[in-house]
Amino acid sequence: MTTTSPTTGEPEPIVALEGVRRRFGTVDALAGLDLIVPANRITVLLGPNGAGKTTAIRMITGALDAHAGSVRTFGLDPSIYGEEVRRRCGVVSAKPALYDRLSGHANLAYAAELYGLGRGDQIDRRIRDAAARFGIEHALEHRVGGFSTGMKTRLALARSILHQPDLLLFDEPTSGLDPESSHAVLEMIREMTDDGRTVVMCTHLLLEAEGLADKVIVMEDGTDLVAGTPTELTQRFWPGTVVLVGAEAPVDPAPLARIPGVRQVEADTDPCQVRLHLDGDHRTPDVVLALLANGLRLTRVEPIQPSLEDLYFAVRTKKDIADDGGRQLSPVERPDDGLPPAAVTDRHRQVAALTGWPGSEEAR
Amino acid sequence: MTAPAVSPTTPAPSRGGWLDLSWKRVRIVARSDLRQLIEDKGFWMPMVFLGAIFFLIIPTVLLMTITKIGDVKVVNQVSETLKVLPPSAQAQIQGESPEGKTAYALAVFLLAPVAIVVPLTISTAIGASTIVGERERGTGEFLAHSPAHEREIYLGKLIASLLPGYATTLMGFGVYSLIVNLFVGPEVGGWFFPTQSWWVLMLWVVPPFLALTLSIVLRLSAKVKSTAAAQQAAGLVTLPMIGIAYSQSTGALFGAESAGFWLGVVAWIVAAFGLSRGMRAVSRARLLGVADGV
Repeated sequence: MTTTSPTTGEPEPIVALEGVRRRFGTVDALAGLDLIVPANRITVLLGPNGAGKTTAIRMITGALDAHAGSVRTFGLDPSIYGEEVRRRCGVVSAKPALYDRLSGHANLAYAAELYGLGRGDQIDRRIRDAAARFGIEHALEHRVGGFSTGMKTRLALARSILHQPDLLLFDEPTSGLDPESSHAVLEMIREMTDDGRTVVMCTHLLLEAEGLADKVIVMEDGTDLVAGTPTELTQRFWPGTVVLVGAEAPVDPAPLARIPGVRQVEADTDPCQVRLHLDGDHRTPDVVLALLANGLRLTRVEPIQPSLEDLYFAVRTKKDIADDGGRQLSPVERPDDGLPPAAVTDRHRQVAALTGWPGSEEAR
Repeated sequence: MTAPAVSPTTPAPSRGGWLDLSWKRVRIVARSDLRQLIEDKGFWMPMVFLGAIFFLIIPTVLLMTITKIGDVKVVNQVSETLKVLPPSAQAQIQGESPEGKTAYALAVFLLAPVAIVVPLTISTAIGASTIVGERERGTGEFLAHSPAHEREIYLGKLIASLLPGYATTLMGFGVYSLIVNLFVGPEVGGWFFPTQSWWVLMLWVVPPFLALTLSIVLRLSAKVKSTAAAQQAAGLVTLPMIGIAYSQSTGALFGAESAGFWLGVVAWIVAAFGLSRGMRAVSRARLLGVADGV
């Protein structure tokens, strides 16, 4: 059951952060973060290392207090109602935070007791059920110190749902996992919302947020750059349709730009391919006919759905441009964000071209 | 399945004093820490070894040498030196023969500091790493996000640090009493140990000294950056504490019968102050390792 706002009738958000600031020494970990987490959805906090994702999670449970701004979790201020809030949250941190000297069962039993479930056969059954759900029941009697990273993550996930929390907070849960285990963990997270839980997941890996996020909040430097559902954001940043067109021979882009409905023609690395930016989906059949009329022997017509990665770089590019007073940053000027400068610049150019933002010509 | 959000008008929980603590959660934290210690052979083996050296091996060798082997010249010399003890202590020394008197004085007065050294050493070693260790292992994150209050975590960890040292001392004390009675008892007309002063020392004086030292050590553990730094700092704190405890406990045994009691009273008052101060050192930010200065 979810509470609804008496004024709007909309479901109340599970988490609402408004203008939250938190400073560590001289560093602003959060610099006016606004964040709304809707109920029964997966909200992904996306951003590079140091964006403030982990600090945001800590604010939500009240593990850390805000220096300014307002934090509400389940409508409560966690700095006052911390115990009540934390009892209803399940957290999995980037490091699984398990006691290596204890067995898997003892780790879960400790959590069960701390969260007020007590002990006994019933709790024991619940522990085994939670472990079975994440495929770790066979190792429950073994010491956690001997577990692989994947097993530890599974155990940490089992621990997080043991007390049946309303809100699950996952801080880079696939950190250190191989691709197969990562995939399995993400599947499990997806399943968790099936029983009506609200999930907040932090990641800097775009691919893992793809297909999982009901809502995306892109963060950087302790603040939110943009927030919305993937569809909303895609429509906002790419209002039209992009179609990849392939032909038998190299394509001359100039005449294609004159076809009605084509807003922009973007060259591809393959000279036999171009990307056409159209007004909308409805233009595609007419454009294909026009291409054929232009004598092109088509080998491929493929609508392109911008990925979360495209979105992420689009948002960051926009911020870089804004930060730089509208001028595209050169690789040398870019702050160190942990990515190779050339790769970032190429990507920025692509996205700037794709989105047609100011500075894209310069970038080109 | 989401439960209804609690109304923002819910009255703020009272978390003002000792009565608001959940002692159940204190026990849970302490039990988990103790279980981890028990699971770690590398921890309890040296603990047993330390207890055995101070409570079994050294007393056995000394008392047996004096009472059974008995080099008359050496015993007489030691017996002569007993005259430097305070008159109140001299009056308590029992035994007819020089061997008996020497063994009695050794068992009752001179080995007393052992009762302080062993628990302080063991408990300090555990306490020093208890909070910084959570941070280093990343398990501080789990505790910080748990419903447990910082004070409950602090007290749980204090108890988990205090119990192994004190339990070892009590067990060692039992063994020591047996050895003393076996070797010295026949010299003084029967089993006599523990004396009243020793009971006071073990049950009334040692616990507050232990609690006080741990309150300082846990504070350090919460504030320093690494376990190694915590061990170093704890060593610096513990040495003078051992010195004070050593001299005070010996004084209590030598002094008037009420000396031990009053020493205990003062130690409990100081320990209570230390604990209330120490409790404030544990914060969620420190468990997470993001507090200023950590």
